Amino acid sequence: MNDERHVISVLVENKPGVLARVAGMFSGRAFNIDSLAVAPTADNSYSRMTIVTHGSEQIIEQIIKQLRKLINVVKVQDLTKGDYVDRELVLVRVKATAAKRAEVLRITDIFRGKVCDVSHDSITVEVSGTQSKIEAVLELLSPVGITELIRTGAIAIPRAKKTLKPTGNSE
Amino acid sequence: MAKINGAQILLRALKEEGVDTIFGYPGGAVIDIFDVMAREFSDVFKFILVRHEQAAVHAADGYARATGKPGICLVTSGPGGTNTVTGLATAYMDSIPVVVFTGQVPTPLIGNDAFQEADIVGITRPCTKHNYLVSNVEELARTIKEAFIISSTGRPGPVLVDLPKDVVQAKAEFEYPRTVELSTYKPTVKAHIPSIKRAADLIAEAERPVIYAGGGVITAGAHEELRALAEMTGFPVTMTLMGLGCFPGTHPLSLGMLGMHGTYRANMAVNHSDLLLAVGARFDDRVTGRVEGFAPEAKIIHIDIDPTSIQKNIGVEVPIVADARNALGKLIEALKKKGCSKANRDRLKTWHAQLTVWRNEQRLRFDRTSETIKPQYVVEKLYELTAGRAIISTEVGQNQMWAAQYYLFDQPRTLLTSGGLGTMGYGFPAAIGAQVAFPDKLVIDIAGDGSIQMNIQELATVAQYKLPIKIAILNNGYLGMVRQWQERFYDNVYAHTDMMAAPDFVKLAEAYGALGLRATTTAEVEPTIKKALETDGPVVIDFVVEREEGVYPMVPAGASITNMILV
Repeated sequence: MNDERHVISVLVENKPGVLARVAGMFSGRAFNIDSLAVAPTADNSYSRMTIVTHGSEQIIEQIIKQLRKLINVVKVQDLTKGDYVDRELVLVRVKATAAKRAEVLRITDIFRGKVCDVSHDSITVEVSGTQSKIEAVLELLSPVGITELIRTGAIAIPRAKKTLKPTGNSE
Repeated sequence: MAKINGAQILLRALKEEGVDTIFGYPGGAVIDIFDVMAREFSDVFKFILVRHEQAAVHAADGYARATGKPGICLVTSGPGGTNTVTGLATAYMDSIPVVVFTGQVPTPLIGNDAFQEADIVGITRPCTKHNYLVSNVEELARTIKEAFIISSTGRPGPVLVDLPKDVVQAKAEFEYPRTVELSTYKPTVKAHIPSIKRAADLIAEAERPVIYAGGGVITAGAHEELRALAEMTGFPVTMTLMGLGCFPGTHPLSLGMLGMHGTYRANMAVNHSDLLLAVGARFDDRVTGRVEGFAPEAKIIHIDIDPTSIQKNIGVEVPIVADARNALGKLIEALKKKGCSKANRDRLKTWHAQLTVWRNEQRLRFDRTSETIKPQYVVEKLYELTAGRAIISTEVGQNQMWAAQYYLFDQPRTLLTSGGLGTMGYGFPAAIGAQVAFPDKLVIDIAGDGSIQMNIQELATVAQYKLPIKIAILNNGYLGMVRQWQERFYDNVYAHTDMMAAPDFVKLAEAYGALGLRATTTAEVEPTIKKALETDGPVVIDFVVEREEGVYPMVPAGASITNMILV
């Protein structure tokens, strides 16, 4: 069985209990949630959820249909079916006494992260990017000693339909 | 416009919806609604006071199944609400339109563990099609409208509306919307025409076809279209438990029920078919058995109004998301255009000959010489003596399967049974709902001695409203279906299925003011049923039946449906 990763974007009404309906549907039907991120859209009466899940084609089809069946769900899109951009933000605190500080800063810099908090013996950095980038930076930081980390889970947006491509000369 | 309070808004809205009957139970959080109902709406609604809220929902569900209209419940907060959960789950699994109104503690107390507080919206989220907590009286009328639309359209289901006491007491102007726009809820009713054409092509070519019809045909009122299609094509029809009555059980094209306790010929036909036309059925595990072994040679056309039912358990060639009536109507048109009717029927001669062979090989049967009452015989006699015209409700277990096998349902909405959830204790209150809806019809609950005791308290409701329901208890002193599994698969270890103590059902009936009858030999069955049918009021009949009778054929759980134990 090929359990591919799917990124599903769900537009929902911004009402009480909607997150519970979505999360409850997943747990009640034994579907996986790898991550779920939710916040209001530009129009405050709707929220957008980005759900990362995995499963066979049949399971993913069921997930999408079951999401559509929920009364408060407006639109469901499997972004993995097309081009999309996804990002995740991680806040990670590492042990960093003076001797290690330079190395942490260098790694952070390579991944275009930022330092958001420093103390005598630790540095907290933020890094955003795709899941693989986040995993790469964490792998590099772990020998230094990660004391705490928080990830947002992915958020994702489909690429605009008329992305200019290097080969295209439509304009 | 004059302002009225939430209780008045609720009851006026129900009146606007054409509600004539409410099943329920009062309590502190809904006392205002009951007060208004008694003072201002006593000539509008028939209120049926049950003895347990679970029965209120089952009764509303039985009312809905028998009439096609949504069934309405009104109960109080906390335990009133939690007692409705089994009823809601039953209605949810069988797609029955029920609207349940629960009282709730006043909004400032919500979340404070107040007296008789329960998060009923949270509790019932997975067993309702949708639910609401009304937090403002201004939203009440619109919410009720939405609840009715959601409950009764698309794939129907139960909707719960939670009403805090302060919302019920607060006042607002009332104008009931004729309809409301639900931007996020738009069921697909009309069939996609290219899919209909593909289906018609497959139908025109099929050599070993079977129509597999479920409860969706009844919900959609598509029984006439189904019959027309079957007669036009000569396709045999098998029905799910929920589908019984959607096609006449006495029709020459009927194969009877399929699945775990389906007929031999239905299961054989499905598994040898080259085309399966599934309508309003959802390939439930009790129907398919082992999915990989189900109709292995068949191309499948699947008509269902719920997209999630399609491709869920089994892959299909032609998925059609639509109302069954619309889709079957379109399919008939398409077939007429193709001019396939006579030629089609001729092509099926070999198939029909095979179906006859299977029918003759294995008919439903039981020992007709037995002096001890065979439960099948009771159901058969009930069928004969009622001329098949009763509304039958069942409990769950052996009684349910014998009712499904031996009572031939010719009309839709005449079998009320908990198919999906399998709720013991459903049948009796469901019979109450049907009897209230049709006071002049004969309503019979075919029960077991185990199931009947799960809502036996409703004998008081029957007495109070003088409902002439007949309860036929197939009393074997066991939880018979579980015992049968223990006999077959658990080395005859009857672990806690022997109901060693039971009430005297005759005396119990009398205690509630009903007539109690008992039959202990086969010879007594017919006169006892006749006496019950001649009685105007409620009757409880205790049929003391063969203790260890089993339901056959039987497909062991997880086996292919042609692996039938025939006995």
